[in-house]
Amino acid sequence: MAETAISHDHDAGHGAHSSTGLSNNKLGMWMFLGSECLLFGGLISTYMLYKGRVNSGPQPNNIFDIPFTSVSSFVLLMSSLTMVLAVSAAQRKDERNMNLWLIVTALLGATFVGGQVYEFTSFYREGLGFTTSLFGSSFYTLTGFHGVHVSVGIIMLMALVGMNRNKRIPGDRAEVVELIGLYWHFVDIVWIIIFTLVYLIPS
Amino acid sequence: MTIIERPSTEVAIAGGTPAGVKPSEALGVFKRPAASTSWRDWLVTVDHKKLGIMYGVTAFFFFIVGGVEALLIRLQLIAPNGKVLNADQYNQMFTMHATTMVFLFVMPMAAAFANYFVPLQIGARDVAFPRINAFGFWCFLFGGLFLNSSWFLGGGADGGWFMYAPNSSTLFSPSHGIDFWTVGLQITGIASLTGAINLIVTILNMRTKGMKMMRMPIFTWMVLVTQFLLLFAIPVITVALFLLTFQRSFDATFFDVASGADPLLWQHLFWIFGHPEVYIMILPSFGIVSEVIPVFSKKPLFGYPIVAMSGAAIGFVGWGVWAHHMFASGLGPVSVTVFSMATMAIAVPTGVKIVNWVMTMWGGKLTFTIPMMFAIALIVQFTIGGLSGVTHAVAPSDTQQTDTYYIVAHFHYVLFGGAVFGLFSGFYYWWPKMFRRQLNNTIGKWNFWLMVIGMNLTFGPMHILGLQGQPRRMQVWTEARAGEGFFNLGFWNRIASIGSFTLGTGVLLFLVNVVYTHKSKKVAIAPLDPWDARSLEWMTQSPPQEHNFDVLPTVSHLDEFFHRKYETDSSTHGVTQAHSAEEVLAELNAHPDEHIHMPSRSYWPILLAFSLPVIGYGVIYNRTLMAVGAGLILLTMFGWAMEPSTSPDDDFDPPAPGEGGGHTKELSPLG
Repeated sequence: MAETAISHDHDAGHGAHSSTGLSNNKLGMWMFLGSECLLFGGLISTYMLYKGRVNSGPQPNNIFDIPFTSVSSFVLLMSSLTMVLAVSAAQRKDERNMNLWLIVTALLGATFVGGQVYEFTSFYREGLGFTTSLFGSSFYTLTGFHGVHVSVGIIMLMALVGMNRNKRIPGDRAEVVELIGLYWHFVDIVWIIIFTLVYLIPS
Repeated sequence: MTIIERPSTEVAIAGGTPAGVKPSEALGVFKRPAASTSWRDWLVTVDHKKLGIMYGVTAFFFFIVGGVEALLIRLQLIAPNGKVLNADQYNQMFTMHATTMVFLFVMPMAAAFANYFVPLQIGARDVAFPRINAFGFWCFLFGGLFLNSSWFLGGGADGGWFMYAPNSSTLFSPSHGIDFWTVGLQITGIASLTGAINLIVTILNMRTKGMKMMRMPIFTWMVLVTQFLLLFAIPVITVALFLLTFQRSFDATFFDVASGADPLLWQHLFWIFGHPEVYIMILPSFGIVSEVIPVFSKKPLFGYPIVAMSGAAIGFVGWGVWAHHMFASGLGPVSVTVFSMATMAIAVPTGVKIVNWVMTMWGGKLTFTIPMMFAIALIVQFTIGGLSGVTHAVAPSDTQQTDTYYIVAHFHYVLFGGAVFGLFSGFYYWWPKMFRRQLNNTIGKWNFWLMVIGMNLTFGPMHILGLQGQPRRMQVWTEARAGEGFFNLGFWNRIASIGSFTLGTGVLLFLVNVVYTHKSKKVAIAPLDPWDARSLEWMTQSPPQEHNFDVLPTVSHLDEFFHRKYETDSSTHGVTQAHSAEEVLAELNAHPDEHIHMPSRSYWPILLAFSLPVIGYGVIYNRTLMAVGAGLILLTMFGWAMEPSTSPDDDFDPPAPGEGGGHTKELSPLG
């Protein structure tokens, strides 16, 4: 629902009355992200409960390729940096750089998702299916939900670029970019937690 | 949102679109729906008041559906060897009764009141995200219809409302009922989540000048706490429902004990949502009676900050008590001790509220109108239910009563005697505000007494049945095993069944009252301020015009409306009425705001919400349909994103002085 949450129900941004000083859109985005914390909290708890439960198929320790995932994690983290550059360019009204950095962010995100697809395929070839074991079900569910969040972020970034080209962004453009940036950083932070708990800490 | 003071049309057009093209046409995909008075307007409206009424009507419809299911259950148990329902139908009936009442009646009915009255109580012209508000309503409606469509497609869910694993697996429940249940609740969950974000932002951000947090009406406070609970509880049930869907439809192993799964995972996830959920259901009703009792006691609410903060305390402690639903599942002594103590602790802020209501009435000039009677009934009945509830904090006693009718008795006292009585209090209290007519007093009294007597007859005997050991969800009883004398199970089951029909008659009388009030020629238009009320929602016409207030009031007191009507008499330290409500309103509206810019109607909320059940049917029947639904969602989201939230030709300006006589538009009673 991310897109609806930021979808340009534009309002108090124009210095109109707002009791907290934050615009409605930004406050709404923060609330949405607060709610998302509990979503990932539930998924991570499920994984932590089930990560050692393997009746058949591979164990976590002999399937993860830490160097590969470290690289794709690094790519995702760098996309947070480029997102910051995009937000900063949007605030300076530097349209060229804004578009550039938005596209770079989306490309980095897409690289990460591509890496995840590759990872899923190779895990599947090594015998870890969605239904193989509790570890398999909970691993694919947790990382899959994260991957969907990144993909939704990419769609939002590309939509932003496209709508900006056609001058179709209603309201305060810099704020719209910033809101999508908030979402993007949140998804990155969640990945840091997932990467640590799922990949780095041995089961 | 919405209520921006636009400088002028020229500037708006200069800001980005080619001259000569209206921005709404240039930016939107469809032509925007225009204002009209036909029924079609209800499909595209983003007005929080209309949406509130739509929430209310839909929720009441589901109340009747859930009520009929309850009556079928009681009909089955009215006599030994009941033949009304077979075991399978009985399982479906109690599951769907609970699901309907919780998710499709109490929660959305509270959302109805919140939608309608929160913006009015804080002096706002609409909610923060009007289109998302409409989207939430349509998600609720389509989710509810989707859930109930299972009745026609192989039977409803049959695992009990908390749907414990592994009973919910396809092995034990092969019909599609539980699939409809998981996806349907997922869709109504979207309604709750978007509603929560919307109302929190509205309350935090859109208060009128001077409306500090500690000047907000207590109903708004309780709604705020409720929405925070929803904000954090809904994602947890979302996870649980996804896991169950993946297990049933995509062969995942989350609750498959043979693969080493832990059935307690479901219980934890469900109750981490489920316990905040009970406060989600009760707190709005607490808010309503906290409005009603001061008005009919002619006293300010006793200890307003304490009532507000105890509500917030319930909101916090409510997160630490979920496992008291699981004492019988073998959690271990440490967990049981911790959750026992937390459960005892949460009784304190709840008890504080009851004390505050009683102290508000103490020494007040009480008038026993129907809303006041329902409010007092709430205090009494909820206290009974609360007392049987707090004893469940004692784990040994709880273990004894787990899965007996005693539990059924307890939660119906708090939910029916608490939440539902509060909602009925709200109906009678706010009806003249919403529809400009007061519900009939005589029918109201019958309505009230039949409901009170009916509910005590129905749920009172269940304490006895439960302590005698009648299991919850028992499908038949037999004369041979019913026992003797006072504790004869058959006798108390009959009483409970008779009580349930009394209760049903009481609810029916409410509908009779509504029809009578709106059809009878004898019912006069209600005065502007029929109850001598205290809060801001009464400081505008009834029903409020689309933009709520001609002038947004500046607030300087708690109970602002009261302070504008009354003056302190320095000699006696009493208060005397200095102005009538009409005078207050006329003074406020002396110089109506200009260029009131209201959010515009939109097709997108209903279209986007409509795509969700398409995905739902796809999950159950056909994966291609899922892709179609996902495509629809993507398309409608883009349509939505490209449509500006306000179209510039929607300004409301007050008529020039002397023109037409009044400064307010005449609206039909239904808005």
